[in-house]
Amino acid sequence: MGGIKGRLALVGLVILLFLLPSVLPRFYTYIIALIFVTALLAMSLNITVGYGGMFQFHHGVFYGVSAYTVALIITKTKLPAWVAFCAGPVAAAIAGLLIGGFCVRLTQLYFGMLQISLGSLLWAIVFRWYSLTGGDDGIHGIPMPDILSSLKNAYYFILIVLIVCLYLLYRIVNSPFGRTLQAIRDNPGRCEAVGVNVRRHQLAAIVIATFFAGVAGVLFVVLEGSVFPDLLFWVLSLEVFIMCLLGGWFTFAGPIVGAAIIVSLRTFVGMYTEYWTLILGAILILLIFFLPEGVMGFLMEKFAPRLKAHVVEERSRAQG
Amino acid sequence: MLRVEGVEKSFGDFKAVDGANLSVERGDIVAVIGPNGAGKTTLFNLITGQLKPDRGRIVFKDEEITGLPPYEICKKGIARSFQIVNIFHRLTVFENVQVAVLSHKGESKRLLEPARKMAVEETFELLRAVGLEDKAYEVAGTLSHGDQKVLEIAIALGNDPELLILDEPTAGMSPEETASTIELIKRLATERDLTILFCEHDMEIVFSIAKSIMVMHQGRTLIQASPEEVRNDPRVQEAYLGGEVCST
Repeated sequence: MGGIKGRLALVGLVILLFLLPSVLPRFYTYIIALIFVTALLAMSLNITVGYGGMFQFHHGVFYGVSAYTVALIITKTKLPAWVAFCAGPVAAAIAGLLIGGFCVRLTQLYFGMLQISLGSLLWAIVFRWYSLTGGDDGIHGIPMPDILSSLKNAYYFILIVLIVCLYLLYRIVNSPFGRTLQAIRDNPGRCEAVGVNVRRHQLAAIVIATFFAGVAGVLFVVLEGSVFPDLLFWVLSLEVFIMCLLGGWFTFAGPIVGAAIIVSLRTFVGMYTEYWTLILGAILILLIFFLPEGVMGFLMEKFAPRLKAHVVEERSRAQG
Repeated sequence: MLRVEGVEKSFGDFKAVDGANLSVERGDIVAVIGPNGAGKTTLFNLITGQLKPDRGRIVFKDEEITGLPPYEICKKGIARSFQIVNIFHRLTVFENVQVAVLSHKGESKRLLEPARKMAVEETFELLRAVGLEDKAYEVAGTLSHGDQKVLEIAIALGNDPELLILDEPTAGMSPEETASTIELIKRLATERDLTILFCEHDMEIVFSIAKSIMVMHQGRTLIQASPEEVRNDPRVQEAYLGGEVCST
């Protein structure tokens, strides 16, 4: 993201995004806002998957926990909505601390399996506890503060929060914490040998990632005004995981690209057929064969020689 | 400085280390030798915490470190390199060493400062010391095997250790690379006031730089003594089937 040109392009893009709702029809404004929310969710997942190398298979749970926290505080208490908005990410981070605390004791696939189990447990509770969560109906018509009640304002709110979060995430992955996290991804054993408490570092990364998933959960409620158990269902987690792979999980912006592709596919292909996942499946197969580093990974490979070298190396190692 | 007393470690029924004793004095260069499978690497893994001993004591600077996790042992001043290249493949050479330096300075947990501006001087100083400065921005996975082994040593130095443990530092190197690495190790030992414990198959190297040699055979310590005594010890000659040690 270096260079004056890059910065100008970024500023231009942001200005463009701020102008969009004034020129686009309502429906497209909504879709773009949904892409923002999903992009933040995918970016937060990528902290653990792409940068941390952990099999965070059930990230959607934390998104859902936050969304439900917001919904419940607004509908069941008299606290102002802003309190709920702050409580959501905190609840998600606490869930991340608890579930992650168990998971980091395991590695690789076992980490992922345990997380799916614990996450599904939470899903089952939300799905069944009719008196509190509304069960499979979810909670609808959650009242928003007046300032957020129009779609245009909700869009601006989401965009601003997204930009702030992306800035923070960018700082985090490029900080000593982020660099050490990538070192753990490459070689946890070696990291311990240079004095890093690997499990604690991984747990911290999970808590950070789940916090930002929680922020995405808040934004979802702001956009939709409703919550439902699907937010915690493993299918959504899988979709978000695919976004990271599709966009390029070793790049910073990859998950945004992945989220944009998948949300668009679901929306526009979904208009013609409910079997839009067929198209997704076909794209995934092509991806595995032709762009193993994802869309952004492919672009970086084309344009950044430094990455190209290591991609070649990774492949030869994978084959050798 | 380091004392290993009666350490044992089994994997299932196999006793990999079965009564190892070792003593390393400050400023020494100590070698551990022994035939393949004698338990040298396992012993190193026990000292640096990758494995926990079943029995015995390991004492570093009058403090018992038996069974501590690797990251705590590292913080006490012991750093190591590995026999099989063990680096961060996707990171650059600079970042590989920087991770260790940041960890040593206790800055690994800083969340919002840019890492590229931190510990830069220290990291480059180390890269210069081992001769990898020119390759600082290459991705570690793309280096030659010899350079990766040197990077191993540089990562270990990132923790500014008092005791440096090198597990076969020249394994798989060409003769030229081996010679320059040996020079490097000698130079580091004097310049940085390091105590070095290493193991190595090449007897020529061992006898040329070690002040004290510990011989392992089937997990047991046969003897620890000066190179001269080790060379003339009948048990050692027997362990090596009268071969290698005599001929050098």
